[in-house]
Amino acid sequence: MPEILKRAKPLAVNPLKASQPIGAALAFLGLRRAIPMLHGSQGCTAFGKVFLVRHFREPIPLQTTAMDQVSSIMSADENVIEGLRVLCEKSRPEIIGLPTTGLSETQGCDMPRLVREFRSRHPEFASTAVVPVSTPDYSGCLESGFALAVEAIIDTLLPADLGPVPVAGCPRQVNVLASSMLTPGDIEAIKEWIEAFGLQPVVLPDLGDSLDGHLIDQESTPLTLGGTPKTAIATLGEATATIVIGRSLYKAADLLRARSGVPDFRFGHLLGLDACDAFILTLAEISGQPVPPAIERQRAQLQDAMVDTHFMTGFLRIGIAADPDLLVALGQFLTGVGGEVVAAVASTRAEVLADLPATSVRIGDLEDLERAALAQRAQLIVANSHAAPSAQRLKVPLLRAGFPQYDWVGGYARTWVGYRGARQALFDIANLFLGSHHDIPVHRSIYRVGNDVGAPTRAPSGAGLAHH
Amino acid sequence: MKTAEIAQLLNEPACAHNRNEKSGCARTKPGATAGGCSFDGAQIALLPIADVAHIVHGPIACAGASWDNRGARSSGPTLYRIGMTTDLTEQDVIMGRGEKRLFLAIKQAIDDYAPKAVFLYSTCVPALIGDDLEAVARAASARWGVPVVPVDCAGFYGTKNLGNRIAGEAMFKYVIGTREPAPVAASAQRPGIRVHDVNLIGEYNIAGEFWYLAPLFDELGLRILCTLSGDARFHEVQIMHRAQASMVVCAKALLNVARKLESDFGVPFFEGSFYGITDTSQAFRDFARLLGDADLAARTEAMIAREEGAVRAALEPWRARLAGKRVLLYTGGVKSWSVVSALQDLGMTVVATGTNKSTEEDKARIREIMGEATKMITDGSPKALLQAYQDYQADILIAGGRNLYTALKARIPFLDINQEREFGYAGYGGMLELVRQLALTLESPVWKKVRAPAPWQVVPAAGKAPAPAGETLA
Repeated sequence: MPEILKRAKPLAVNPLKASQPIGAALAFLGLRRAIPMLHGSQGCTAFGKVFLVRHFREPIPLQTTAMDQVSSIMSADENVIEGLRVLCEKSRPEIIGLPTTGLSETQGCDMPRLVREFRSRHPEFASTAVVPVSTPDYSGCLESGFALAVEAIIDTLLPADLGPVPVAGCPRQVNVLASSMLTPGDIEAIKEWIEAFGLQPVVLPDLGDSLDGHLIDQESTPLTLGGTPKTAIATLGEATATIVIGRSLYKAADLLRARSGVPDFRFGHLLGLDACDAFILTLAEISGQPVPPAIERQRAQLQDAMVDTHFMTGFLRIGIAADPDLLVALGQFLTGVGGEVVAAVASTRAEVLADLPATSVRIGDLEDLERAALAQRAQLIVANSHAAPSAQRLKVPLLRAGFPQYDWVGGYARTWVGYRGARQALFDIANLFLGSHHDIPVHRSIYRVGNDVGAPTRAPSGAGLAHH
Repeated sequence: MKTAEIAQLLNEPACAHNRNEKSGCARTKPGATAGGCSFDGAQIALLPIADVAHIVHGPIACAGASWDNRGARSSGPTLYRIGMTTDLTEQDVIMGRGEKRLFLAIKQAIDDYAPKAVFLYSTCVPALIGDDLEAVARAASARWGVPVVPVDCAGFYGTKNLGNRIAGEAMFKYVIGTREPAPVAASAQRPGIRVHDVNLIGEYNIAGEFWYLAPLFDELGLRILCTLSGDARFHEVQIMHRAQASMVVCAKALLNVARKLESDFGVPFFEGSFYGITDTSQAFRDFARLLGDADLAARTEAMIAREEGAVRAALEPWRARLAGKRVLLYTGGVKSWSVVSALQDLGMTVVATGTNKSTEEDKARIREIMGEATKMITDGSPKALLQAYQDYQADILIAGGRNLYTALKARIPFLDINQEREFGYAGYGGMLELVRQLALTLESPVWKKVRAPAPWQVVPAAGKAPAPAGETLA
């Protein structure tokens, strides 16, 4: 178990962390015909929107209650009611997510009461669900905000009095609670796997359906263009099993299990052979079906890649900075192929950090990562796009993971999970390593005859071809 | 910041918005508001000052989603690209430890990064709990001997535009006038060229685009004391009051700085733009006019003739490809007319332009350039923009990054004209990049492929029905 090093500096330099409200907004973006509205000043939303737009390269529906000076001091209750009314009137969403921010939390607001008041004042908008969630940005990080929103979605949209659970309502349905570390590409892969066992996945939230980046027939929509439908959330109790991916969602999973009575199977992550094996075994058990040959084949391909790349991944000294779930996932995956996590930074504290295979983990920022990586002579950095200048200064390659990835096309679509995802990750890491291999410094003997000191070493211009 | 002070900033007398109420700085509406806050605006205006440590005082949302986010380039120090925030915790907020953390944070920044100055940006939460930034700045400055400048720009004060003005106000209050310029170095003197000192206000050196123009300033003997704030240094902001003329580049936002430089220090200013050949030349002419130097005016004309000749020749092959293309332009403020001129230089037709953030003056200018029949668009929602695109049969949408994916989702060519863009379009040299980017998107073969339906979705013409599905698939 690693030693957890607390934040030791008054100033965060090159922040690693993204805020809870952004995480919550992201979770709501995985619901169909939904729009999140942050209760704060217009900047909270504008920054969040730019952050998500640049990462996903997609239009992002996100609104604000637009607190100004007067409402910040007197009361912003009316802003919430008015904002909900305007959104309902304009675009009739199925779901409005309502995360708070540091500003509204510092002012003090009672969201459940405001939602009740909205309901009684505007019964005409009863068909739009409103999900409030408390996500001040002075605690937690993107991952925890996302998890709080998932919990709030279950709490609001899956009523406590379900009545007797219908026995085998849909024996083939499997619920999936998917944490913020999973990309749209990951979620697609997870759904394919589940379907391969003849099961029907309902993913909450389904970013694979809303933010995977696809062109649609209609030219624009003020709401999400995909995601988990509200009707599907109501059926969570009819599933045969729930699969939970990511420790950050365990609290939401507890609530779902209590409400739905559906047994659950929990996974910290799905990176690498061991994690995938455990997942596949579970799917085989739930479905009662044998593992399909195609998956067996993919497993064998991953094993082959592990053998091929172990020369590059073995003893590889790695620095990782990420939100806790992703940090532990990457750490376990990379040590599982012989790498060593020599520098680890998490954005916030979380229980899952106890599982990180490293001697210590710092709660901190990218400056901490850079310093630790330098001191520990890391050979590879795994972090978000903000770490690119750090990696450049350290003269080591960067593998982009987490949020945000704005200097890189398709980060959102990358598939990390599964045998194929792990295989591609190994190829990429090996290639990064090969591309930055440090040669042994040249020694020119004092006794050698010839006068080529300082002459540029010329690379052969053709591979083994004689040239004249 | 007091309400009266905010009102005063909103009431910028040199800004034409204020002669016609509600044109620009209207109040925000819950559930229907787009755009950044005052903190955003203040940070954008000052962040390019490269040798300053920019500390955002607040919880993580403010800096976490915004640091190192813009395309402003520096020719030297890169300190401005290091993100710094006090990242306030719940304990800080509840126990009132924010000021203490900020004070120590300033020390950390000074110890680790040796900045020429430290700028502190206030945000909503510290403003609400009453952290006194000015007092912390004063104490820290006295203690550590480095200038520390408070920028009181809580997000809830208002819009991005207001934040720009707050930033300008802070520079005027704490920085401008605190140093005297050094004489022109002997090595930089050239016989027959009298050196004039000038400021550029509201130029951000996005993607390094000002470097297309900087050599021409050198050539003419125009010493730029300070650009606020592209590629600027702290000591340059300090000496702005000694310029002989200022140019307000392409923005109303920092107009207050120019106006106060004029009223307090007698530095005359003009508003201009570096987008397009015509406007670029006009800007140089305006400098010569304000500086009242006949020799400079003559050399300026010679330079303009040479540069215009060169760029027009280089543009010739592109003109044939772009001429007649119809542009829907949706940008804010001054850019609405300055870009029009650049596009007309290329023979393109601007069929409509956004005027949401434009002043009456800007609109008059648009009518003057484009004729009375010009369509002006005020609704910038994705739906309205796409409708206008269809209605006016445009070939391309030119707008800010916010509308980028609106256009792409609708499968239409797009050019990004705002701050986050990757390419520089300013000056004569920038025109060549502009045409390249315009042609690149307009002529791209992808549009045809993404607009056409999949072959199996095409309804077969009568009598030419393909073989039954079963057979084709078999």
